[in-house]
Parts: sequence; structure tokens; C-alpha cells
Amino acid sequence: MTELLRTPLFDLHLELGGKMVPFADYEMPVQYPAGIMAEHNHTRAKAGLFDVSHMGQVILRGADVAAVAAALETLIPMDVLDLPEGRQRYGLFLNDAGGILDDLMFANRGDHLFLVVNAACKAQDVAHLKAALEPAVTVEEITDRALMALQGPMAEAVLTEFAPEVAQMRFMDVRTLDLDGVEAWVSRSGYTGEDGFEISVPADRAEELARRLLAHDAVAPIGLGARDSLRLEAGLCLYGHDIDQGTLPGEAGLGWAIQKVRRSGGARQGGFPGADAVLAQLADGPARKRVGLRPEGRAPMREGVEIFAEAEGGAPVGRVTSGGFGPSVGAPVAMGYVPADLAAAGTPLFGEVRGKRLPLTVAPLPFVPANFKR
Amino acid sequence: MKYTEEHEWLLAEGDLIVVGITAHAAEQLGDVVFVELPEPGTEVSKEDEVVVIESVKAASDILAPLDGEIVEVNEAIVENPALVNEDPEGEAWFFKIKPTDPSQMHGYMDAAAYKDFVG
Repeated sequence: MTELLRTPLFDLHLELGGKMVPFADYEMPVQYPAGIMAEHNHTRAKAGLFDVSHMGQVILRGADVAAVAAALETLIPMDVLDLPEGRQRYGLFLNDAGGILDDLMFANRGDHLFLVVNAACKAQDVAHLKAALEPAVTVEEITDRALMALQGPMAEAVLTEFAPEVAQMRFMDVRTLDLDGVEAWVSRSGYTGEDGFEISVPADRAEELARRLLAHDAVAPIGLGARDSLRLEAGLCLYGHDIDQGTLPGEAGLGWAIQKVRRSGGARQGGFPGADAVLAQLADGPARKRVGLRPEGRAPMREGVEIFAEAEGGAPVGRVTSGGFGPSVGAPVAMGYVPADLAAAGTPLFGEVRGKRLPLTVAPLPFVPANFKR
Repeated sequence: MKYTEEHEWLLAEGDLIVVGITAHAAEQLGDVVFVELPEPGTEVSKEDEVVVIESVKAASDILAPLDGEIVEVNEAIVENPALVNEDPEGEAWFFKIKPTDPSQMHGYMDAAAYKDFVG
């Protein structure tokens, strides 16, 4: 086994009692002594601090930001050209069949685009970007910066004490801020369904900033376990589970991320990998859909649970792609794929757990209302 | 009290044995969110999977530590799985078993041996 990588906050995780586990080649805290349930609830009630330094940070530069945006539009089906300076969007790298290679955030930071990609995909994403965009665009993976997320209803109040300007930021705004002398690239976004910020800082200043944030009464450290239950309740996809190379954006319920200008009839329609398949699915409707699932009992239905239309007999009609207990819902919650004609909220289905078909109901996503500052 | 390598505790109560999981096991599992218990009256063999316990992290099984009949189960932990974390070696017992061969108890660890076992 190759040695696991460590983030700049590794020593701090150990000091805080983090239980370290391997995740995407990194040694990351799955939880702290408070435990997943308490960490989840703390984030929904106050503010949680997450180390997401394992994620990939990438800068794209070219002749000007418009040239870079036009280049990136050849790889992702999003409107990049019209993204104003200081704004961020959700994006998808696609393969030639329209399958999702990774999901990402991209921001217009004035003279360059800044991308945040999944840890497990970052080497592949950087290679993909370089192969397609160089030499007109330079692709620089940033390895000397940490990334943390401050999430929860008190995140704004906490960060305002460091930089009052954050109060003016709206959901998906990005700015460079001075947080007590630390140069931070801040976006108002996250992966919990709560208001909050994602904060990129120089690696050698990360621990100092994390300690100052954690010194605030409202802030507690949160591990990957609660990160997963928070994003699941928020109905957000986890790459490699809810979406992968065999999933098209439409069936994943991510059509909203493809702006009109890139769709059939738009001024810059198509022109990205898999465009024909992706646009046809958006126009015609997918055969299967990602849906929310609410098991009726208390038994969690985890990834891999097969979904049936009937209580007995028949072949599976779908599969759970993420599932567990939702602490804020107070019950098990799951997401999975089912045929389009069984995807309406309220449709009764069954999930097979330990050989027993247990009732579940198709439910709207998210399971908890988003709490963004629009 | 006796202890198994599967982190169960066994306590004699008349001719019955009360079975639960240790505080160490409960801590390792994390927040328990679901417990499925056997039906009273079930005949079990040692090492049968008799209980399913799910935490926020994962599902695990609890094995019957003895041959015998399950005579009583603790519905309180089905209704409130968090009790397993709150009081694993007290209120949150799992089931009571009437052993076929009480001498099977002799193979299990005492408190000192279990303490060494978990380090």
C-alpha cells in the first residue's frame, strides 16, 4: 500500500482527537470525539469547520479570462463565458458519451478561473484539462494551499469577526479576503445545505487560521462522517456513488446546472463532450431518475440496496446510491435511481435489506430545506 | 460478568444469561440508529447472527454467545437505539437467553481479561 497523504491540518486533527481513516489517498478525520451525530447537529445549529484540503485546487490562465472561459466550455456543458467576476458555478466534466467524469466548482477570479475538484478525481481531472486545453491555457494544480469549509447558520457571524465584508457576499460569490493577516480565497458555498464558506489559504497558515476559527464558541471541528450525512440530507451528489461515468446529467437531476445558452437552441449550444446524448436526454426526459427515498421503518438503506416495485417477486427496478441515517430528519434517508415512471414523489417502493423487502417512498430532495443566503 | 471476543457482556440472572455489548463496542460503533432483535422463543446456536445493529457508520451483527433459547428481548433499544450508546452495560441489554449448556460460559473472559483484550 502506498503511504497515505496528509493535509496541512493533520497534526491538528490528531490533537483534536480525530479518528483518522483513509479517504481518496489521504488520511482524514472521519469524526472527532463528539461523534458523527453530534457533529452533524452542531453544523445545522451553529457552525462546523471541515478540512477539505484533500480536494483539488486548480487555476486556469490564458490570454484573458474570456479565452480561458471559452476553452473550458469545450469540456463542460456550463455557461462559463457569462460568469461574472467574483461568481462561482457548479460544473460537470463529461466523457464522450455524456457520462460524468467528475463534478466541480469553478469561479471567475478576475484574471483566471479557479476550480475545485474531487480528491479522488483530481489527478485525472488535471490530466484531462492539460490534454485538452494546453498550450493556449495553462493548467496549474495548486498544492501549497489548504482548503477548509465553515458551514452552518452561524458561519457568517463567525467569519464577519475576521472580515466584515463577508456579510455582503451572497451564495456563490467569491472574494479574496484578509482573514487576520491570512490571504484567503473565499466562496460563499459548501456541501451541507447550510449557509457557509469555503476558504482556501496558504498551507503554512492553515493551522493558525483553523485554530482561530475553532477558538470561537460557535465553531466545532467536523469529520467526513457528518459531511456525508449533511450532504445526503441536502440531496447533494457524492461523486463515485450518486454520479459516475455511467450517469448522464439529466438522469442525475443535474440538468439545472446546464444553462440555456449551452442547450439545444441556445447561442452556444453543444460543443462539449457527449453533447448529443446529454442534450437529447434533457429534451426527451431520462429513462431513470435520481430520487430521494424515505424508508418507512428505522432500518437504514445504504448504498447497494436493491429497489423493487413489488413486495414479492420481480426483478430490481433500481438501486440505492447513497443512504444512511439522517440526524436532522430523525430517520433513515437515501438517494438512488428508479425508472422515470416510478420517480414521482410519493411512489411506494421496496428496498431489500438483509433479504427482506422493506417499504420506502420516493421523496422530494432535499430532505432538509437549503439555508443559503441568496 | 463475562465477556466475549465479539465484545458482548454476559451476566447470569437466575438460570438466564443477559447479553449486551460492552461500552468499548458501543464507542467503536458510534451512534446507534437501528436495532433488530430476534423473536422471543427463537432457538439459537452459538455464533448464529441474532441481532442486527446499525450505527451512523455501518451495519454489524451480534452473535449468539451460547446455545439456547432467546426468552426475552429489550424492546427499549428498538424504540430508542441511542440507549445503546448511553448505557451499554446497563439499561441497553439486548436479550436474555436460556442456555442449553451453561458450561459454555466458562470459555469466556472475566473483566480483567477483557480489559487486557481491548488494550
